[in-house]
Amino acid sequence: MSDEKTVIFPVEATHIMMFRRSIGDYSVPDTGLENAAAPPTFPRAVAQFDPDYHLRLKPDVPWFGSGGKPSGIEGKPASSGGLHAEQHFEFIRPVRPGDVLTVTEKTGKTWEKESKRAGKLIFTERVSEYRDQKGELVCIARGVGVRTERPVDQK
Amino acid sequence: MRLKANQISVGDTFEDVLVKDLKRTQLVMYSGTSGDYNPLHTDDRYCREAAGYPGVFAHGMLTMGMTGRVVTDRFGAENVKKYGVRFTSQVWPGDDLKAKAVVEAVREENGETLVDLAITTMNQKGDVVLSGYATARAEK
Repeated sequence: MSDEKTVIFPVEATHIMMFRRSIGDYSVPDTGLENAAAPPTFPRAVAQFDPDYHLRLKPDVPWFGSGGKPSGIEGKPASSGGLHAEQHFEFIRPVRPGDVLTVTEKTGKTWEKESKRAGKLIFTERVSEYRDQKGELVCIARGVGVRTERPVDQK
Repeated sequence: MRLKANQISVGDTFEDVLVKDLKRTQLVMYSGTSGDYNPLHTDDRYCREAAGYPGVFAHGMLTMGMTGRVVTDRFGAENVKKYGVRFTSQVWPGDDLKAKAVVEAVREENGETLVDLAITTMNQKGDVVLSGYATARAEK
């Protein structure tokens, strides 16, 4: 069964402005903020538009963050879950306000490695294509996530 | 400051202080805009008592986003062709981060001047927290 997922990502100037602030980018583009090209890492904010995104609190769905208890899910998680190992972006053109992107994401390669600091590591690649309202390719993103056997040793 | 193609040579090095004394609020801001609300980045109690970490730590994508400024401040966000990184160490509240980009090549392709950069970001202890590359178009 394919795990391909498609999400519609309307790109808004206000979202880009807030995203820029959140990465400490307070420069004023020549174009004005309303027309400014998005920073190169902005495409990952597609998560906001994915109705099933697993790292967003949803009504009536158990959440693993703290409330009255350290975690809203019973039992101590074996690990912190996934960490981000790599991220790559390739642009055919910049993302701009007014774009309505169709984002198709699917799983790529999977591999394993042994680590002294975190035990067995399982790497999984996710590849996303971003196309505009004309169907033209805007950007390709490739992320590599890693699941660790235990939390990463801080020593 | 924007750089023009004729101002760039192989070996040029650009360095920027990205943040001093990284605040937890910055992590919350990044969660809000990116949509990544993982409690590992915002919920100290979860990190300490459930996940086995000493506290919250930065999203890799926050470090990548901040580091991207070393490219976009000089070439413009609209001119970035490629940008990729490996996250090599975690970033914690209180960290100071500095990014360095070194020009590895300046080349002509389809009438455009493209600049290849090797990028690293280090914390106050000298640990590399991110290493990667970018290619940007330099305006003539």
